[in-house]
Amino acid sequence: MINLSIRTMAEMLKNQEISVQELCAVYSDRTKAFNHSTHAMITINPELNAAEILQAQSLIGQDEQLLAGIPLVHKDLFCTQGVKTTCGSKMLADFIPPYNATVVQKLSDKGMVSIGKANMDEFAMGSSNEHSAFGAVSNPWDLSRVPGGSSGGSAAAVAARMVPVATGTDTGGSIRQPAAFCGITGIKPSYGRVSRYGMVAFASSLDQGGVMAPSADDCGLVLSAMTGHDPLDSTSAQQPRLNWEKPSSPEHKGLKVGVVNAWIDELQDEGIKQKTLDAIAHLKANGAEVVDIKLPHAELAISAYYILAPAECSSNLSRFDGVRFGHQTKAVDDLESLYRQSRSEGFGEEVQKRIIIGAWALSSGYYDAYYLKAQKVRRLISEDFKQAFAEVDVIACPVSPEVAFKQGEKSDGVSMYQADKFTIPASLAGLPCLSMPIGFTQGLPVGLQLIGNYFDEQSILQLADQYQQQTNYHLQLPEAFA
Amino acid sequence: MSQNIISSDWEMVIGLEIHVRLNTKSKLFSGMKASYGASPNSQVSFLDAGLPGTLPVINYKAIEYALRFGLSVDAEIPTVTIFARKNYFYPDLPKGYQISQMDDPIVGKGKIVIKTDEGEKTVDITRAHLEEDAGKSIHDKYDQYSAIDLNRAGTPLIEVVSEPQMSSAKEAVAYMRAIYTRVTHLGICDGNLQEGSFRCDANVSIRPKGQTELGTRAEIKNLNSFRFIEKAINHEAKRQVKILESGGRIVQETRLYDADKDQTRSMRSKENANDYRYFPDPDQLPIQITEAMIDAQRAHLPEFPEAKIKRYVETLGLKVDDAEIIANDLSLSKFFERSMEQSKAAADLNAKFLLGEFNALLNVHGKAIADSQISADDYAGLLDELHAATVSRKVAKQILDDMWESGDQAKAIIEQQGLGQISDSSALTVLIDELIANHPEQVASYRGGNEKMFNFFVGQIMKQTKGQANPVQTKQLLEDKLNNE
Repeated sequence: MINLSIRTMAEMLKNQEISVQELCAVYSDRTKAFNHSTHAMITINPELNAAEILQAQSLIGQDEQLLAGIPLVHKDLFCTQGVKTTCGSKMLADFIPPYNATVVQKLSDKGMVSIGKANMDEFAMGSSNEHSAFGAVSNPWDLSRVPGGSSGGSAAAVAARMVPVATGTDTGGSIRQPAAFCGITGIKPSYGRVSRYGMVAFASSLDQGGVMAPSADDCGLVLSAMTGHDPLDSTSAQQPRLNWEKPSSPEHKGLKVGVVNAWIDELQDEGIKQKTLDAIAHLKANGAEVVDIKLPHAELAISAYYILAPAECSSNLSRFDGVRFGHQTKAVDDLESLYRQSRSEGFGEEVQKRIIIGAWALSSGYYDAYYLKAQKVRRLISEDFKQAFAEVDVIACPVSPEVAFKQGEKSDGVSMYQADKFTIPASLAGLPCLSMPIGFTQGLPVGLQLIGNYFDEQSILQLADQYQQQTNYHLQLPEAFA
Repeated sequence: MSQNIISSDWEMVIGLEIHVRLNTKSKLFSGMKASYGASPNSQVSFLDAGLPGTLPVINYKAIEYALRFGLSVDAEIPTVTIFARKNYFYPDLPKGYQISQMDDPIVGKGKIVIKTDEGEKTVDITRAHLEEDAGKSIHDKYDQYSAIDLNRAGTPLIEVVSEPQMSSAKEAVAYMRAIYTRVTHLGICDGNLQEGSFRCDANVSIRPKGQTELGTRAEIKNLNSFRFIEKAINHEAKRQVKILESGGRIVQETRLYDADKDQTRSMRSKENANDYRYFPDPDQLPIQITEAMIDAQRAHLPEFPEAKIKRYVETLGLKVDDAEIIANDLSLSKFFERSMEQSKAAADLNAKFLLGEFNALLNVHGKAIADSQISADDYAGLLDELHAATVSRKVAKQILDDMWESGDQAKAIIEQQGLGQISDSSALTVLIDELIANHPEQVASYRGGNEKMFNFFVGQIMKQTKGQANPVQTKQLLEDKLNNE
């Protein structure tokens, strides 16, 4: 019952082998049961919403309504009307939005049933999910290890099959890296593909909503329903909605896959290196033409990213000042201390660190040297990809140089930032990219990253789906949750 | 120079930043209504309140209005314009930043001609950019608290920045008036100074006469009346002269003008100035300004006062002074032109009566032409009676008063009260015959060569008819009778 694809569940619902109420109850119970060990959730709806269930049930059987009745959880930075949206922060511990994010609304309109809100690094800043005001999330494959971040709660919830699918967001790798750490599939679409309206902003020019699920097919189905131009988001692209089409054959004849060999060569972890080479060999064996590509400016990506993202975050998080909503300090003498105290108490250390870095990078006298230079690097990296995609259809490369690490293992921020080096370049360029499971090393999942050209989510999902037609890594369950 | 505000050893240099509230129906980014005077916090969207997750979407009407302004001052219009965030903390700034523009503002370099004591002068406009207004903090309503009204938060402004080219407070006022005339004629600003729809910051510095480099400036904030700005600038210049002449040094700072005390006081110095950390707003893409967009706005450009004055003088035959007064006041010129359309009266008669009797009536009631109790159409009806010589100007003035009070039309009042001029020549002839018969001495005197005596007869007829005799006809008939025995 718990390791079924969306298509299978939809079929069962249609054939009345199970009702929406029953299906959602199965997952709701699992979520409640396993949250003690994983901490994957911040809010679990105590009861299934009867109206939602009813609406979903009424959609069952209508043409192509594959998503009706499928339960999901939203990362806790998607605004959910009437349901607490904390962003993993004390600052928003009691924030109940009066409106739904576009993504939440679209999926709800399709009859998907939300059973709660997933844990995350505070305001999506972090790669380990240890930076949550509501406690660290554990990786279902080894509870002493991190699930990755910032969408670590979503990844852990899917890996433990507390839920069949979850939304996530990715700014510099926040969907792909936790998907890799937790052995599931996660896609970040092209920038502009999914509306950001109602997604609490970290770095507006990079943030994208996406999907985390066991398979590429599941991801494709849910992502399609999330896409489409949104008049409420000026950066939302004027593109028709994605219409994911599942390929009928595992053959990728004629497909040109660019491999960033330099990145594979520099992998220190022999296990990850071997799995990556094996996966590429698999693509080749199924007809893909594999060519070496170079992204010469990608090594500057981390430096540029850790200027641009904090700069935007320093401004985006200014609204949390203790005046209108969110945490307000009790110890107030004057306006200045209201701001200072509310923010010092409400924000965690990592968030405060990035606000300070960002404010500094934007301050007069430093703007040209840091912010503007970082923007130039960003353009150069986009150019690198543009040249690569003149030659290839899809790029394959590692997601992370490491597997899930131990909680508390990394105390120094910079080494954590370094681990984002393979995910950040595609983020800066705004390209669609995903992570799919390609095996295990030392009992822990390894992922492969696929990057597509602008608005060509179909190609990377298709390649991943074809791979998954012949492998079952994505269907593996950690023992404790089987 | 007639004005000796400061000694002739010194020269004032003034640049203005004028904030013009655009009268779009909705706010700059939120789609919320933007009308003035609604109850506090009743016009606040989720975005205006800075709720997490909300995003700005540009109101293209504001782009159009800004373009219209740019075209009206011959400005360079960029092909792409970019919004930027100006970051600072204040309780009436819900997002913690104001969306404004830094690089690539919507209006580039432009110019405007102003009238000075020495003749016309061209002032260069540095730029004009779009930005959202902040909310309003109210500090004097509650004892323990400050109140915040976010109705104004997010309403659209253009900030028009001039080069420091004005050399007296009078010139600054002339410049401000010229911009005011532009934006009100363009229909992009309601021009309401009390409500803050048009306000300005003045950068004032002084330098020894003949020196080319600029002195250290002080910025006087938030001036919202033409009178205050003149007083504030003069006051500030005098303050600076006093400091420099006593060997002091001007500090670059922001000052507030206190109209009650007629003085400026320091708000904050440059050392304490905010670092606004401007950067391009990542929530919005650059906005393309196409030729088609510009052309569409060009079609909306109205006739400005300079052109209007020329037309009034050359085509309608108005005196230059009258033409200027009417053309420079948008409401007045609208009223004038509407009454011209509706009436057969000559433009000159219309202008004279409008600026004379009508204006006097408005002053009595303390009303502006826009709030006149008498519509332009009804006024045109009265003009027609004047034109047809049914009534004299004197009687027309009484009718005007009556129209104001009663709301009746001129024609009805004339009929009800029997105020029509006596143009019936047989009735007048009877009166004149009688007059001549009763005043043989005066008749003899006139016929003996005392031409002044003619006015006596005219006066008597007017007296008898209570001013209703048609003066032209009366004179004609009198001449006939007196000159031909």
